[in-house]
Amino acid sequence: MMRTWSGSRWALWAVAALAIAVSASVAITAEESGSKESKSKVATADTKPVAKKRVDFTTGSSDVLISFINEQIRQGWTDNEIEASEVAGDGEWVRRVYLDIVGHVPPMEEVEKFLADKDKAKRSKLIDTLLDDPGYVRHWTNVWANLMIGQDTPRRVSRKGMEKFLREAFTKNRPWNDVVMDIVSAEGHFEENGAVNFLLAQMVMPDDGVLATAKTTRLFLGMQVQCTQCHNHPFNDWQQRQFWEFNNFFRQLQREDHRKYDAKAGRMVDDYSELIRRDGVSDHVTYEKRNGLIEAAYPRYFGKDLIDEVAQKDKDGWDVNRREVLAKLMIDGEKPLAALAMVNRMWSQFFGYGITKPVDDMGPHNPPSHPDLLDRLGNEFVKSRYDVKQLIRWICNSEAYNLTSQASKVNEEKDNPAAGTTAMFSHVYLKSMSAEQLYDSLIVATNAHKSGRSSWEQAEDKKRVWLRQFVVAFGTDEGDESTTFNGSIPQALMMMNGDLVKDAISAQKGSFLNTILAEAPKDTDRIRRLYLTALGRAPSPKEAKGAQDLLRVNPDKLAAYQDMFWALLNSNEFIFIH
Amino acid sequence: MSFIPAGMTRRHFMRHMAASAATIPAIQFMQHLQVHAETLKKNQKACILMWMGGGPPTIDIWDLKPGSKNGGEFKPITAGGTQISEHMPKTAAQFDVLNVVRSMSTREADHGRGRYYMHTSFVPNPTVVHPTFGSVVSHELGSQRKELEIPSFVSIGGDPGSPGFLGMSNAAFVVNTQGRIQNADMGGMDAGRFRNRLAMLGTIEDSFIASKRGEAPQAHKDVYKKAIDLMTSKQMEAFKIDKEDPKTIDRYTNAGAPAGGMMRAGGEFGRGLLMARRLVEAGVPFVEVGMGGWDLHANVFNTLKNNNLPAMDTAISALVTDLKERSMIKDVVLVWMGEFGRTPRINQDVGRDHWAASWSNMIGGGNLKGGLGVGATDADGLTCETKPYLPGDIWATACHALGIPTTTVHTSKRGRPMKIANGGAPIPELIG
Repeated sequence: MMRTWSGSRWALWAVAALAIAVSASVAITAEESGSKESKSKVATADTKPVAKKRVDFTTGSSDVLISFINEQIRQGWTDNEIEASEVAGDGEWVRRVYLDIVGHVPPMEEVEKFLADKDKAKRSKLIDTLLDDPGYVRHWTNVWANLMIGQDTPRRVSRKGMEKFLREAFTKNRPWNDVVMDIVSAEGHFEENGAVNFLLAQMVMPDDGVLATAKTTRLFLGMQVQCTQCHNHPFNDWQQRQFWEFNNFFRQLQREDHRKYDAKAGRMVDDYSELIRRDGVSDHVTYEKRNGLIEAAYPRYFGKDLIDEVAQKDKDGWDVNRREVLAKLMIDGEKPLAALAMVNRMWSQFFGYGITKPVDDMGPHNPPSHPDLLDRLGNEFVKSRYDVKQLIRWICNSEAYNLTSQASKVNEEKDNPAAGTTAMFSHVYLKSMSAEQLYDSLIVATNAHKSGRSSWEQAEDKKRVWLRQFVVAFGTDEGDESTTFNGSIPQALMMMNGDLVKDAISAQKGSFLNTILAEAPKDTDRIRRLYLTALGRAPSPKEAKGAQDLLRVNPDKLAAYQDMFWALLNSNEFIFIH
Repeated sequence: MSFIPAGMTRRHFMRHMAASAATIPAIQFMQHLQVHAETLKKNQKACILMWMGGGPPTIDIWDLKPGSKNGGEFKPITAGGTQISEHMPKTAAQFDVLNVVRSMSTREADHGRGRYYMHTSFVPNPTVVHPTFGSVVSHELGSQRKELEIPSFVSIGGDPGSPGFLGMSNAAFVVNTQGRIQNADMGGMDAGRFRNRLAMLGTIEDSFIASKRGEAPQAHKDVYKKAIDLMTSKQMEAFKIDKEDPKTIDRYTNAGAPAGGMMRAGGEFGRGLLMARRLVEAGVPFVEVGMGGWDLHANVFNTLKNNNLPAMDTAISALVTDLKERSMIKDVVLVWMGEFGRTPRINQDVGRDHWAASWSNMIGGGNLKGGLGVGATDADGLTCETKPYLPGDIWATACHALGIPTTTVHTSKRGRPMKIANGGAPIPELIG
């Protein structure tokens, strides 16, 4: 209620005082001119995504914060003399928002439904629908499991446990501060309390919690301090001492790797692992300065001394969990670092670039491109009780997220973060699908989940095995890794010749292509369906003609459709989120 | 296994594709119609990077400190005009063409940052992605080798990094030491049908490229072209080390039975170097071979003497021997490095931690001088006593040996000039 009231107030004020045409206040104008435009372009609306006039645009959401986001982003355009691209056509946008929120391309019927929908608020409504889709949970569980434990699960870490924890968090839309608290302070069995797996994954070798310190800071506070274990940070105010003060909180960490006797194999095998708290750990850690002197570091969080806090006992008479002390501080206040880090991270998930670059290296040495935006979003995120879905709503309803990915003459030079400029969000940047997004997209595209050929659960297991082919481990004890699913040759070979695409274009009985052929008797309709399925748009006249030519010279129609679908799935337009 | 459709030679296949291509203009992927797969130029310049993932303890390998509290368990032995670890005897015997640079001082002691710095010569910077040196060589030399149908930068179990502003067509082709290239087999598909697919693909790709969405759509098309070249190339044989005499494989991989009867890892690195030799013979100008297991925070001496060093010693000496026998050593530069070295001080777990202030690289071949120890650290290995060298100096030395002018300047996507090897200079002692 409160928000609605202040929303309209804000909008009136914004229009009156600043004469900026933003979101809610101009919804009526948008409806009027929008209808005119769609009439005049109706013949091509389906084939070429028609850009809408930006000034009239709204997704239909009336949230006041969206006006603020738009204003901040527009200010950046003005300051840098950049003109933004037009609003994306519905076809372009619907494909993007599906891939970004639920991790797969939209089913063909949904594309058609969305294109035909005359509701002015259809974009904001679709965002809400997708946030309630099971795909939302699946996609974000994937994203965060990869961020937390890597693609290649380290030995004696339970991916199942980690995913179970995340699934529950995203299903219930648990406040992000609770998630951070649970992860950072986690203790227990790696399947019963899946939250422990983040830290277990950083404990592959005995290192006094150094890696756990660095990874926690990086992922949840958006700060890179790993190099300060040996020396002061070369260009921000992190001191070596600070690293070890942080590390102090992680010194009670201990993993217990249990083994059991396997009667069948006749030997001991891995059983469960757990994270336990050591009692009686010294209140200080020692470290060696570069000049060889040994110093002591006491628990301290950005200048706040915590010696007394960590000296307490918990209700069971054990030393208090120091990581719990730390986690409370990480999520304390009006816009704590954990909130800013999450806002920045989520922004970059949708736009491809964060408000800082890199997204996890925030600090005075690396100023944000839109400081007020980051600040306000962080603050509002806290006020919303760390509501992750709300954060996504703000991002996806913003004007910037609704622009086309086609650059204009003016902004392709000045706003090209791939070439190293600061991201100004004047057009949407291409992102490559992740391997998971590709896999899930092919399931949806070919209706594998509906035809009973593969349930989502079966698919998850098969997907894990399939994903392994791309992982490249680096041979360090930190478990760093990279992927060959990075637009290089192995990815191209997999797309051209691998089983995944082979299955998707299968001509077997009951396959997707067979169904299309049976359901749609006319070639034009069949071609159109293939294009809608793969690219979220109808073929251009030139493409339609090319497809017809292919069918004409090919005696085996099914084979020709296979080739057509193969080409669509192998195209740049398919693999990029745009 | 053939990469060409069943019942066709490569030449026939390509001609067939060319003829059909005329009917559908969208097919533009073939520029390699004149294939000379068999004409391999013997004297082509190349570089093999031996990448020691995790950060090798060079104080125990190349720059021993007998008599110091930091010296550890190993003794030095003579290698050319210098000394290296007693656990590298076969490599020591090849030190007529190899050198150690002992005064590396590289400031980055984090795995990610060190990996980036050593591979690119530049420290990480959020506004630009610098190309890894393999991509630089691919860009400079690979582009001139029209007869080369396989990628001009191959990484075998390494951590190659990004081609940065030099673009995806100079990216590393990452393979494992088994030499099985996944999904490279078209499964006997009819050439005409493959042509149809590519023609359709070309139409879709071109219209997306024309839609002003940055450079990625074109890069996608360029990478596909490379992938298709590779699928149909006889040069793919270079990846198959099992074509070698088993005795040869054994020379690279068999480090003898270790003390204590433990299984010894490390044959992987030998297989990688053997594949590198085959790739260089096929004309590939840059091959990176990774060897992991160097992040030795604990138990450093046992791991080195029982595992890492015998395996590495065997592999490197076999490679140098082969390159000499084939008269290739004067054209092939060998570079050995990792993210950083390891602390001179031995920690409580009998390990060494990350250390970038004073450590060693190894470099040789390619008509560089041999047998030298360049630069020096102090008696405890804590500081460089002579001019400190940066990764750019190592790569500039490699440039010199490869015939790439060190005055070369690349341009980043924003038009910023970027000196090759970050403006480093060839190390004078090595180039004579």
